[in-house]
Amino acid sequence: MAGSTLHDGTTPLNAAPNQTSDDAHGYYTAGDPIADPVAPTGPIKDRWTNRKFENRLVNPANRRKLDIIIVGTGLAGGAAAATLGEAGYNVKSFCYQDSPRRAHSIAAQGGINAAKNYKEDGDSTFRLFYDTVKGGDYRSRESNVYRLAEVSANIIDQCVAQGVPFAREYGGLLDNRSFGGVQVSRTFYARGQTGQQLLIGAYQAMERQVAAGTVEQFTRHEMLELIVVDGKARGIIARDMVTGEIETHLADVVVLATGGYGNVFFLSTNAMGSNVTAAWRAHRKGAYMANPCYTQIHPTCIPVSGEHQSKLTLMSESLRNDGRIWVPKKKEDCTKDPRDIPEEDRDYYLERIYPSFGNLVPRDIASRAAKYMCDEGRGVGPMVGDFRRGVYLDFSDAIQRLGEDAVREKYDNLFDMYERITGENPYQVPMRIYPAVHYVMGGLWVDYHLQSNIPGLFVSGEANFSDHGANRLGASALMQGLADGYFVLPNTIRDYLADGPFEKVDESHEAVVEAKRAVQERIDKFLSINGTRSADSYHKELGNIMWEYCGMERTEDGLRKAIDMIRELKADFWTNLKVLGSADTLNQSLEKAGRVADFIELGELMCIDALNRRESCGGHFRAESQTDDGEALRHDEEFAYVAAWEWGGDSLEGGQPVLHKEDLIYTAIEMKQRSYK
Amino acid sequence: MAVSGLLFIAFVLAHMYGNLKAFGGEDSFNTYAEHLREIGEPMLPHEGALWIIRIGLIVALVVHVACAVILWRRAAAARPVQYAVKKNTGSSLSSRTMRWGGLTLLVFIVWHLLNFTIVKVNPSSGETGDPDHNPYALMVDSFDLWWMTVIYLIAMLALGMHLHHGTFSSLQTLGWTNTATSRARARAAGWVVAIVIAGGFALVPLSVLVGIIEK
Amino acid sequence: MNLTLKIWRQAGPSDKGGIHTYQVQGISEDMSFLEMLDVLNEQLNEKGEEPVAFDSDCREGICGTCSLMINGEAHGPEVTTTCQLHMRSFSDGDTITIEPWRAEPFSVIKDLIVDRSAFDRIIQSGGFISANTGSAPEANSVPAPRDKAMRAFNVATCIGCGACVAACPNGSASLFLGAKITHLGELPQGQPERYSRVVDMVGQHDHEGFGGCTNIGECASACPKEIPLDVISQLNKDLRTALKNGY
Ligand SMILES: Cc1cc2nc3c(=O)[nH]c(=O)nc-3n(C[C@H](O)[C@H](O)[C@H](O)COP(=O)(O)OP(=O)(O)OC[C@H]3O[C@@H](n4cnc5c(N)ncnc54)[C@H](O)[C@@H]3O)c2cc1C
Ligand code: HEM
Ligand code: SF4
Ligand code: FES
Repeated sequence: MAGSTLHDGTTPLNAAPNQTSDDAHGYYTAGDPIADPVAPTGPIKDRWTNRKFENRLVNPANRRKLDIIIVGTGLAGGAAAATLGEAGYNVKSFCYQDSPRRAHSIAAQGGINAAKNYKEDGDSTFRLFYDTVKGGDYRSRESNVYRLAEVSANIIDQCVAQGVPFAREYGGLLDNRSFGGVQVSRTFYARGQTGQQLLIGAYQAMERQVAAGTVEQFTRHEMLELIVVDGKARGIIARDMVTGEIETHLADVVVLATGGYGNVFFLSTNAMGSNVTAAWRAHRKGAYMANPCYTQIHPTCIPVSGEHQSKLTLMSESLRNDGRIWVPKKKEDCTKDPRDIPEEDRDYYLERIYPSFGNLVPRDIASRAAKYMCDEGRGVGPMVGDFRRGVYLDFSDAIQRLGEDAVREKYDNLFDMYERITGENPYQVPMRIYPAVHYVMGGLWVDYHLQSNIPGLFVSGEANFSDHGANRLGASALMQGLADGYFVLPNTIRDYLADGPFEKVDESHEAVVEAKRAVQERIDKFLSINGTRSADSYHKELGNIMWEYCGMERTEDGLRKAIDMIRELKADFWTNLKVLGSADTLNQSLEKAGRVADFIELGELMCIDALNRRESCGGHFRAESQTDDGEALRHDEEFAYVAAWEWGGDSLEGGQPVLHKEDLIYTAIEMKQRSYK
Repeated sequence: MAVSGLLFIAFVLAHMYGNLKAFGGEDSFNTYAEHLREIGEPMLPHEGALWIIRIGLIVALVVHVACAVILWRRAAAARPVQYAVKKNTGSSLSSRTMRWGGLTLLVFIVWHLLNFTIVKVNPSSGETGDPDHNPYALMVDSFDLWWMTVIYLIAMLALGMHLHHGTFSSLQTLGWTNTATSRARARAAGWVVAIVIAGGFALVPLSVLVGIIEK
Repeated sequence: MNLTLKIWRQAGPSDKGGIHTYQVQGISEDMSFLEMLDVLNEQLNEKGEEPVAFDSDCREGICGTCSLMINGEAHGPEVTTTCQLHMRSFSDGDTITIEPWRAEPFSVIKDLIVDRSAFDRIIQSGGFISANTGSAPEANSVPAPRDKAMRAFNVATCIGCGACVAACPNGSASLFLGAKITHLGELPQGQPERYSRVVDMVGQHDHEGFGGCTNIGECASACPKEIPLDVISQLNKDLRTALKNGY
């Protein structure tokens, strides 16, 4: 396609890919290629403006008659509920926590990007767009990303108006910092609690609409099924987690803003309850799952301390600005007190391998390097399995250079948190860190309107795949969640709703009854297997498989092995699970069982996706695809496409997922290989 | 509640100042007692000002006790099931005993008024009405009895504790403790008020008991 | 270490409930308190006894989901959330009593889980700034003095956990309430609704059945985010001004 012109008159800068390898042969069925049916055209900077104009409006008097279900109250869901409520639609909002304010967006620490160029350091919408596409290793859609960069500035305005207490300078104006290795200062922050403050802003805006009567909130409700009637998403089946009642909720449109599925690895920085159930149920009803293997692994987390570990804690990336990362040169030093290891016996491996970026190399590179050090047997900290899984992050130089007080001022809360969890004082002993799963770029496939391939099903935030390609820049997930919720969805959903209100669906409709029956049956099944193992133990085992074979480094053999292991695990799960208690009260084991069942199926698909993609890009590193000196090697000519997977039935019954490819065409940016050496 | 409480504080401060006149001897004290009744004359009738103060105090007492009862009932309703184990880590004993301390004070005030104001019972002789119109003598007679002094001292302990928290609490209730410093000052004020008032009141009966003040 | 746990068990809202005693062995001091309970639950599940229900989500001290009265202290003996409390704060052989938050508006749903939806309703009554999406002015058009913005931020860190209510002998939610009033009241954007907000929120607080504040201070010492008592003073001040001005 290179050299030709697209129908909007622009020239594509890359060719359509042509895959020659077929590692996943036998695990999947090839489907038809797909394209975004509502992809915008014209000069990139006008696309969103034009689209907002072209999209049809809904008469204010009609809005009251239109019902919108929004599952999820994080930044993506909370912001959408507030905005659509303000517009006058009838919104029903769902979350599994006891309050919308507790969605996992609350845990984000570092900040949120916006192209405000307040520092006059050369930032612009185009630069943010460029950085995001490049950061995503050219695996995202350029129109979507451009729109994200374009609305980023409005997000900050909106949040400030709501009372989000961003950090300010002495003159009372907003402060920015540079984040995640980019060269401009465009990150807005509220100390280390940016996600919390943004979410509370969205939550309060949403509660205001609850008071106004436009939003009805359903907390401690878990969506367990999507209702599809005549090909359109028309509602959900949810379980009231307190009474156990299985409820039917019908609407004209359904939005999933249910967050990421990083917990498929069991240990991650996600919340205990983060899950894939809502997305997976939609997937099983026909929605495509795109690029599920793209996982972001964050290099600075507190290492696992033992078998009992239930989750991992992230330590802000900013620590890498002053801390130096090293491991002992000699294996026998690994059990020594680090302070007794002389300078010449330390290997500051990032500074050694990447002299120009040093400790500030991107997340995936820093993570992988730590893994290699530990695999070589030079890790530190307690033995976990056969290895010590940790590397030192040392502040002694910084303390000497800046003084302990200056270090304290910058990082005190992080140091405190570290000490609370590990019992070690990082002012005296170097911290130990290890990578952990942090974010997933993959998610349900959506078009430019954030609508999935099921009409009436929209997906926003981390739950969709749209903006980050194969890797996400720091401080961009919060931006995406709020962009989707405040500015994108309200402007795209109206085009769909302009055809509504749709024909009323009755609770007795066959599709509704069937969906409800399926949910009930599944619950009864969990409670009646009566085996010997808890859902949690299956989850742990799945996590180990995923981390080992579908984690920081993936190989053809490993992935095949993982798929076999997961299939065995799945068979065992459905025959040997043990869930106590009953279905008609709060029952956390039952909730867990449902989530784990879906994670197992997702894990299998992730491995198949990873197996198919025989290239290294962003967070996905295939050992078979690296340069001579061990760096990630992309294959644009084969893989510059979105892998959108269609559910093809249960693998235990011979089903295979169907792969649909969407070519990624760039007209505004030329593709380049990354280099951080 | 805060306003009525602060009114009480003002009253007890003045009251204590008056009591200390006992160290000036019989005449000084009785003149003060008489003077109390003459404030504002001839614009006000005899005992006019005193009655205004009395009415003010009675209203304040009603308000104060009514508020206390409401708070107590709300607190009881807000925690119908008690903890099996409950530790207190951030509060003073005085803050947690405001209600019982207040109740003690209420009982004491009743007895106190019977003793010195309404019935004027002289506990040593059993006569009532203070026929000699000699408040000083009544006071010295009363506090010559050890158990009267003990009752009185217990009441002052209760008062001191009530004021230790009450002073801080009223400033906080009125919204005057918006910074860490002002809060620390309010806490300090609580100590000062408590010690000055309870201490000041306690001086007189103690002095009577040990004979520094006598008829 | 080995521990004796005395845990409140209650099958449902209408069950009477009571304290049950369990033993757990081999607890490492690197475990978090909730991981220790996970161990107990795995053990119960094996024995065929229903696991103890307790709330948690982020397990990093920010979402406010976890609760628990641990040996008579909300979130246990350290200034942190229960999920960030680690077993090194206990010793071998300890007996630990674990109860749910107790307050009439926080009714028990099951075992150690309570219903905190009253907090949402308090926010609904006025804990927001009315700024519809799209109507916001350029962010830097209204500077906010740094010290005020800092105070706003410091109190906006409230995680809505309810420990203040649990610890308060009066069962009052004034610290939670004061934190929100102060957060929004310190910012220029919060001024237009400042006085109606405080009146409405206090009204809802009382309506929910929380007790009245007598400035005892247990709340601030239980608060994992160290919200200071002066937010209650601010609340009172704003309320006084509001009432004086006829709100
Ligand atoms: C520790 C940590 C730090 C981070 N730091 C940053 C940062 O500094 N900057 C940045 O940009 N990004 C950061 N991120 C990423 C970012 O926080 C998330 O990607 C983003 O907040 C996701 O928002 P969301 O609205 O899509 O989903 P979430 O906030 O995860 O919300 C999901 C919602 O869906 C609901 N839900 C899920 N399943 C169901 C179901 N079945 N039924 C009913 N409800 C359901 C949940 O109740 C919840 O309300 C961080 C992430 C983590 C974990
Ligand atoms: C008549 C018997 C009394 C009773 C039953 C009583 C009861 C109470 C109670 C229950 C409180 C609770 C409020 C709190 O803890 O902050 C209180 C507060 C207070 N009391 Fe009393 N009290 C009595 C007498 C007094 C007296 C004699 C004084 C002063 C000399 C006084 C001064 C105060 C003050 C200043 C407060 C603080 C008010 C606030 O925080 O708003 N009280 N009282
Ligand atoms: S004020 Fe403190 S204790 Fe109360 S809800 Fe907020 S964080 Fe929890
Ligand atoms: S579980 Fe989130 S604060 Fe404890």
